[in-house]
Amino acid sequence: MNFEYAPAPESRDVVDIRPSYGLFVDGEFTDGHGEPFKSINPANEDVLAEIATADQADVDRAVKAARRAHDKVWGPMPGRERAKYLFRIARLVQERSRELAVLESIDNGKPIRESRDVDLPLVAAHFFYYAGWADKLGHAGLGPDPRPLGVAGQVIPWNFPLLMLAWKIAPALACGNTVVLKPAETTPLTALAFAEICRQADLPPGVVNIITGAGDTGRALVEHAGIDKVAFTGSTEVGKQIARSVAGTPKRLTLELGGKAANVIFDDAPLDQAVEGIVNGIFFNQGHVCCAGSRLLVQESVADELLERLKIRMRTLRVGDPLDKNTDVGAINSAAQLEKIRELAGAGEQEGATRWAPDCALPQRGFWFAPTVFTGVAQSHRIAREEIFGPVLSVLTFRTPAEAVEKANNTPYGLSAGVWTEKGSRILWMAERLRAGVVWANTFNKFDPASPFGGYKESGFGREGGRHGLEAYLNV
Amino acid sequence: MSTETLTSAPASGAELRAFLHGLPGVDQVGADERAARLATRSIKNDAKAQAIDMAITMVDLTTLEGADTPGKVRALCAKAARPDPSDPDVPRVAAVCVYPDMVEHAVGALKGTGIGVASVATAFPSGRAPLEAKLVDTRAAVAAGATEIDMVIDRGAFLAGDYLKVHEEIVATKQACGDAHLKVIFETGELVTYDNVRRASWLAMRAGADFIKTSTGKVSPAATLPVTMIMLEAVRDFRAATGRMVGVKPAGGIRTTKDAIRYLVLVNETAGPDWLSPKWFRLGASSLLNDLLMQRRKLATGVYSGPDYFTLD
Repeated sequence: MNFEYAPAPESRDVVDIRPSYGLFVDGEFTDGHGEPFKSINPANEDVLAEIATADQADVDRAVKAARRAHDKVWGPMPGRERAKYLFRIARLVQERSRELAVLESIDNGKPIRESRDVDLPLVAAHFFYYAGWADKLGHAGLGPDPRPLGVAGQVIPWNFPLLMLAWKIAPALACGNTVVLKPAETTPLTALAFAEICRQADLPPGVVNIITGAGDTGRALVEHAGIDKVAFTGSTEVGKQIARSVAGTPKRLTLELGGKAANVIFDDAPLDQAVEGIVNGIFFNQGHVCCAGSRLLVQESVADELLERLKIRMRTLRVGDPLDKNTDVGAINSAAQLEKIRELAGAGEQEGATRWAPDCALPQRGFWFAPTVFTGVAQSHRIAREEIFGPVLSVLTFRTPAEAVEKANNTPYGLSAGVWTEKGSRILWMAERLRAGVVWANTFNKFDPASPFGGYKESGFGREGGRHGLEAYLNV
Repeated sequence: MSTETLTSAPASGAELRAFLHGLPGVDQVGADERAARLATRSIKNDAKAQAIDMAITMVDLTTLEGADTPGKVRALCAKAARPDPSDPDVPRVAAVCVYPDMVEHAVGALKGTGIGVASVATAFPSGRAPLEAKLVDTRAAVAAGATEIDMVIDRGAFLAGDYLKVHEEIVATKQACGDAHLKVIFETGELVTYDNVRRASWLAMRAGADFIKTSTGKVSPAATLPVTMIMLEAVRDFRAATGRMVGVKPAGGIRTTKDAIRYLVLVNETAGPDWLSPKWFRLGASSLLNDLLMQRRKLATGVYSGPDYFTLD
């Protein structure tokens, strides 16, 4: 019997999007002096709001406010007092989580199921976790009384807007730094809602400053002489530019960049769960995940069976309205990203890989790309080497564990990897050899604030999360 | 694995063991996560109305108490035939499930309704009796008119690794069933691991089960979403390998409409829509039916009726 799920849209009434937004500097919303831009809903291309652009003078103002707050208030404040603010922020995030989840889905295009069940719980957990560290920094193994760095300039991407903000702001504040943060230009709304939360929490003015704008604003921030630390999450290309501009200055730098993770399936893997792990690895958040399992390495002896199961599973993926509670795959974040995905998928076909996607009706308006699998992919194909950052999986095969390791490591990136086998000893053997910051065993895309996250090679350096994440914001 | 192997008797205990232990493993964390994620599906409006009616037609309305009497069974049968006396549009349930000695009363009460009479058998619920006694139990139920037999497997033999004994008992019971459909109960709460559930599923399907069923309802935990999902994966894969469809019946602990809808979503997205029919999916339950009726009326009228507006049988 056919069982069609009726539309189950989450209500938009919980969010109140203003027609225009300014910058959040020194505890106040102020005008920006650059050319304002518009944030749109990628699911239907509706304009959501006009957003201010911070120019050089605005950036300067924000950095000065952060400096003042650091020197006068936040730096000298005892850790246990800073913790109170962070706990308060965490609770406010929980209280407003429904609103923030809806806002995130509207601005980013990700399914409400993910923003509700993954992003927001992790955001709150991250603040709770680092709130706990604020008065225990002397016990982190980084010296008896580690000092903050000062002012952190932070630039975050559009794939997990609020979660990346939490990853940046929570440890910085716990360690006694103040921040100037720039959200991505396509997804500024939850960062601006977070600015309101800072006010609700009575956070002293200048501790958190949110400035909006495009690449120029980001450049003005990371090149500003008044900051002590640059933290960036985004593309490898921009990461390299930042590394060049920071070189020769006293600024500390952490970079979390691209990835092309191998998800390695052995013939003794729990196949049904491996299929779920593959789907979760590459179609979670439309594949807009730096640690996405975009290269499937499957043992040749089980490849046909696994791919058959994967295709059956992919036919049940529900692509569409991000606010529908039953949507599994939402909208691509921007026209530019959609173009990039199309271009690389086209290159995959031209280079001789076989393209497959389930039949799924895509909405007329907005930016959409069906979940896609390429089989018969060779290491030399562009789709096996370049980060697509979209719902596109490249499937390669291997014969022996050694070959799996060799192929998995044969990439300029090294952010994450997955290993699927029922054999515990093989998991350990693989984890020792895979050059990736995170190795997941019989799971994928699993995050926890207590677990450090970061890359090898062109995936960046520095760790976020856990005790390791403190080091990036302390003078040690 | 060739189709012949899957449809013929195992050559030996060793062959059967090698086959069952050669099935892909189940990762418990991953399986639990998948089932929990499917449980977040939001089924509203028309889809909910469809799901409620579908669930009603799939109910095996059950009474399995030492205190069962002909009167109790007749009352249950009346409920099965007309679940909501104030609304003739409410569909009938799939079957009434009773102990073997109550079958004749159920058959009498259900004559002409098209509702099946299911009987538990084979020394339900423990299964701890000689095979001969189990077969006598089965034949008695069939002779009294049961159209479906819900047998229990010998969990002791299964856990001791004597898969062949379990297999042979199922084959013998199937033979004793004649034309009656055979549902094989695993009592997954006693098998405990998901690997065991998957092995039991394949073992029962190879032995000729028409349905595989989670639980007796007498052991906790009874039916759970992840266990049912593992069984739905098994029937899906068994059809792909042999072409034969086997039904699935979770039983025990399914009390609310919300629970029932979660099972239907699980069927829809695991085995597929072909299984969304009373012929291939049943819900073993008793109190569930009234909750389905209550939600059905709420959906139709917009207001909740109190529990006294639905009959207790």
